[in-house]
Amino acid sequence: MSLLSIRNLQTEFRGPAGIARAVDGVSFDVNPGEIFGIVGESGCGKSATCRSILRLFAGATARIVGGEVILEGTGDLAQMRESELARVRGSEVAFIFQDPLTALNPTMRIGKQVAEVIRRHRKVSRTQARDAALQLLRDVHITSPERRLDAFPHELSGGLRQRVVIAMALALQPRLIIADEPTTALDVTVQDQILRLLKERRDSTGTSIIFITHDLGVVSQICDRMAVMYAGRVVETGPVRQVLDQPSHPYTRALLDALPGQVARDRDLTPIEGSPPSLIAPPAGCRFAPRCRVARPGCARGAAPALKPRPGVAADHLDACILTEVPDAAA
Amino acid sequence: MQVLKDLLRSPAGALALLMLLATLLATLLTPLLSPYDAFALDFGNALQPPSAAHWFGTDNFGRDIFTRVMAGAVYDLRLALICVFGPMAFGVLIGLVSGFFGGRVDAALMRLTDIVWAFPFYVLVLAIVGVLGPSEANLYIAFFLVNWIGYARIVRGETLLIGRLEFIEATRVLRFGKPRIMLRHILPNAVTPALVYSMSDVVLTVQAVAALSFFGLGVQPPAPEWGLLIVESIDYMREAPWMTLFPGLAIVWIGIAFSLLGEGLSVALKPKG
Repeated sequence: MSLLSIRNLQTEFRGPAGIARAVDGVSFDVNPGEIFGIVGESGCGKSATCRSILRLFAGATARIVGGEVILEGTGDLAQMRESELARVRGSEVAFIFQDPLTALNPTMRIGKQVAEVIRRHRKVSRTQARDAALQLLRDVHITSPERRLDAFPHELSGGLRQRVVIAMALALQPRLIIADEPTTALDVTVQDQILRLLKERRDSTGTSIIFITHDLGVVSQICDRMAVMYAGRVVETGPVRQVLDQPSHPYTRALLDALPGQVARDRDLTPIEGSPPSLIAPPAGCRFAPRCRVARPGCARGAAPALKPRPGVAADHLDACILTEVPDAAA
Repeated sequence: MQVLKDLLRSPAGALALLMLLATLLATLLTPLLSPYDAFALDFGNALQPPSAAHWFGTDNFGRDIFTRVMAGAVYDLRLALICVFGPMAFGVLIGLVSGFFGGRVDAALMRLTDIVWAFPFYVLVLAIVGVLGPSEANLYIAFFLVNWIGYARIVRGETLLIGRLEFIEATRVLRFGKPRIMLRHILPNAVTPALVYSMSDVVLTVQAVAALSFFGLGVQPPAPEWGLLIVESIDYMREAPWMTLFPGLAIVWIGIAFSLLGEGLSVALKPKG
């Protein structure tokens, strides 16, 4: 039984140029205690998908227009009233924002901010909340936490601030944490520490994590399973080792070919020509077809292809390529 | 406390605090510094130039100008501070509500500010004085009607900006009470520019108070308000320029002090990190 089950989720954003379906029929499952990675380039709908789970739309222009978001034992979050959903946020599903700079109130002391989240959901006294906040700061390995409780955010480094944000996300022992590029704003060594921290908290609390990133290296470092998104749809999903070692969708292959470093050390970098399609009027058929090096005329016709297992590949490794043969990148 | 420390560390802020402290002390200690009464007439000593006995000289009625300028500080500062910080509290609240709730609330409140803004200030004062008669109380009414606009606009803009930041989004989605979000999370972050602006507003208001009294629309004689001191001096400007000079310098002094304070505050309150 999976913890979170997203089925055919569709989310629209209303803008001056028209209605963009940023999430168009996304389905995936997250198992208990699993770190699930979502990768894709900017604007592919990875953030929109995760924000749809808790309906975190800062403006009023976004709307879920179809599909289900089933949280085990809680029900369909997509159908919930706003007031019910508010109880789920933070206590059952927590969200870690990308930029630790704007995720903390610059005029409030750290301890107060962490305690405020606790007191929002639990009936505890001020001192109890403060003690709990202190313990949370210890859990995320902040040195001399007693002193940090009384610090303002600007007195902390970016890495420390992200630790505080993670502590706040952990405050109510959620079953699922959604981390939207939590390490993008940090430098590489700090990024590594934060990834280790997330992994460690998962191991000790059993909480599941959805990890959004555009960095395949990060995915291979901490995720168990992953989904690759392109133009509002999942194009490939499966266990991380499977997907990264034997990518079966041409887009995933192209991403790997464009990646500097270990994954493709022996090959020249190959950029993906062109740019992602408009989500207001997406192309027919496979949305990657216009940029795909192995596309055939039939690829750009009909409905967008669905995820399906491929013969001869592991059953939990799905892709949405129209071509029946595993297309060879060299072809 | 940290702000005060930062303020003292900036040259402008330190100088401003020094000037204001000096003003405050001089005003409080006037009875000790000067044996004269601000209102008592002494025709034998009319139009004396500045001397050891009369530091700023005397006016046409023989009143000591130093004593009168110091007594005038009470009028001008009281008027300016009340006419700035009273409307400021109101304007900040309006701006906060407008920016936070947006939509129709915002549209209605901002159109209201546009209307008040469009009214020429001096015409408004003339109208009020025309109906109610010139007095200090009517000055308060005029300034309270107008002075909140700037704060409403500044704080609304800041609130819109801060409302989009993630920590505010977090408080919204966690469904914190709206007053709590506005007062604890947005206000402390939105109020800084309004506070800096209020310092130049004090300067402008001191000048406006003096100007209105000069034109006979505000504080009435024999009060030693600075604008009144200057208008009383007009006829004697050639024989006794000190009658004009010292109240004028007092206005300049206060103007510089608050301008510097604004400068210092903008540094001391600058967001860190």
